[in-house]
Amino acid sequence: MSVKLHLVTLFVVLLLSGCANLGVEPWERNILAKPEMQLIEDPVSSGLDDHIYFSKEASSGGRGFAGGGCGCN
Amino acid sequence: MQLKKQKKISHALTAATCSLLGINSSESLGEEGDWTFDSAVLYYSEVDRVSAVEPVISATRDFGDEKALNLKLVFDTLTGASANGATPSDQPQTFTRPSGRGSYASEAQETPLDDTFKDNRFALSSQWEQAVNREYRTGFGINFSTEYDYSSLSANANLSRDFNKRNTTLNAGLSVAYDTISPEGDIPVGLSSMVINTGQADYRSEFNTTRGEGEDNKDTLDLIFGLTQVIDRNTIMQVSYAYSDVSGYLTDPYKIVSIVGDDGRPFEYRYEQRPDSRNKQSLYWQAKHQFEADIIDLSYRYFWDDWGITSHTIDLRYRWMLGGRQYLEPHIRYYDQSEADFYRRFFIQGESLPDQVSADYRLGSMSALTIGMKYGMALSNEQQLSLRLEYYLQSNHNTESVIPGILNDMELYPDVEAIIVQFSYKF
Repeated sequence: MSVKLHLVTLFVVLLLSGCANLGVEPWERNILAKPEMQLIEDPVSSGLDDHIYFSKEASSGGRGFAGGGCGCN
Repeated sequence: MQLKKQKKISHALTAATCSLLGINSSESLGEEGDWTFDSAVLYYSEVDRVSAVEPVISATRDFGDEKALNLKLVFDTLTGASANGATPSDQPQTFTRPSGRGSYASEAQETPLDDTFKDNRFALSSQWEQAVNREYRTGFGINFSTEYDYSSLSANANLSRDFNKRNTTLNAGLSVAYDTISPEGDIPVGLSSMVINTGQADYRSEFNTTRGEGEDNKDTLDLIFGLTQVIDRNTIMQVSYAYSDVSGYLTDPYKIVSIVGDDGRPFEYRYEQRPDSRNKQSLYWQAKHQFEADIIDLSYRYFWDDWGITSHTIDLRYRWMLGGRQYLEPHIRYYDQSEADFYRRFFIQGESLPDQVSADYRLGSMSALTIGMKYGMALSNEQQLSLRLEYYLQSNHNTESVIPGILNDMELYPDVEAIIVQFSYKF
């Protein structure tokens, strides 16, 4: 548990320190601004998928809240 | 001409949605075209088991200044049969329905399925997003869902801050949920033995001794911390850590576990009993990259909880642009989980029963594969159509060291196969 937590912390710190050199200028965002380049491009489909996998598997959450969910059979 | 017609549909739907939600549509509508709609119908069907039809409509209004309101309605209808947890046998088996009135049976060799359930679920959610200033954004949401034996109410809030010319974004979110479970025939007493009606005079009073309160609750606290980073003009990446704490009634009131004799034949059935708390955590990573025109979307989730379950999920999508504003998107998802500490496929008579037991295959060792294809097409006036078709195959693995008698000839860990079809229309 605590080992996992340390690994997470290290991962985030490494990422943050590496981030300062990354990125684009505001006028270079034409591609990233497209709807199909959003990380959750289609929230309705993502929601439906989350509901299916929440009902059939023991894991939930990750890209969003794991949620209280439903009494799915 | 066509443009005008589309606006009318959109307008009528806005009015319908608003009146459903009790919002005065003349105030909230504003200018025509401010609302965008995202609709979908999902059809999910398992071979010989559950099938579901799930229509969704989501409406978003952009108020400018990075303020937006989203309202979403989901309705689903579930029919079919679900594995009750018992082992198959070489003879037919009879189980008492959750209400205690009547019974259902399974044929010899067949996985026992409870065919009683038929459920409708209705869910409504609203989300408000707003920029606080150039760096900070907030969001608030409320969700409500109700079905025959279950209701859920939740609220969430999130805050994000941009750094480094908006190339880096840190996000923190909080969600609390309050669920109420009121099962058919009240809550079964965990680990009590299922009473079968064989014509005994005091059946009803015997059955009642296996029943507890009429309803129970479940509280959920979710926290999520995320980092989104623009890598270059074509690439964006995200990592997030999620923590979830659930407490209350986490048992499935309709699931049982078989106690079998040395010959593997059922001796009795006990109602399952899960722990009354669960702590879930996950790490999620996602990257999206655009090539010349095509887009690749790859994600990985590592999940672990204090029930002893760990899982890996890998998801890959490739959007192949066909020109003429059409695309094909192949999709593959692989999932693998280890079993919960208290998961057992069955118990052998004479074995001491622990305090917590479940034979629900969803808590067992399993892997699952989803293979799918989506076809999408952009129409005029920013409308989009898409159709996806997917195949889901879940393989459940044996983790019992001793399998007695006839159970060696039974399918104890059947695969679950499902077809997913979804039609979406954005307008």
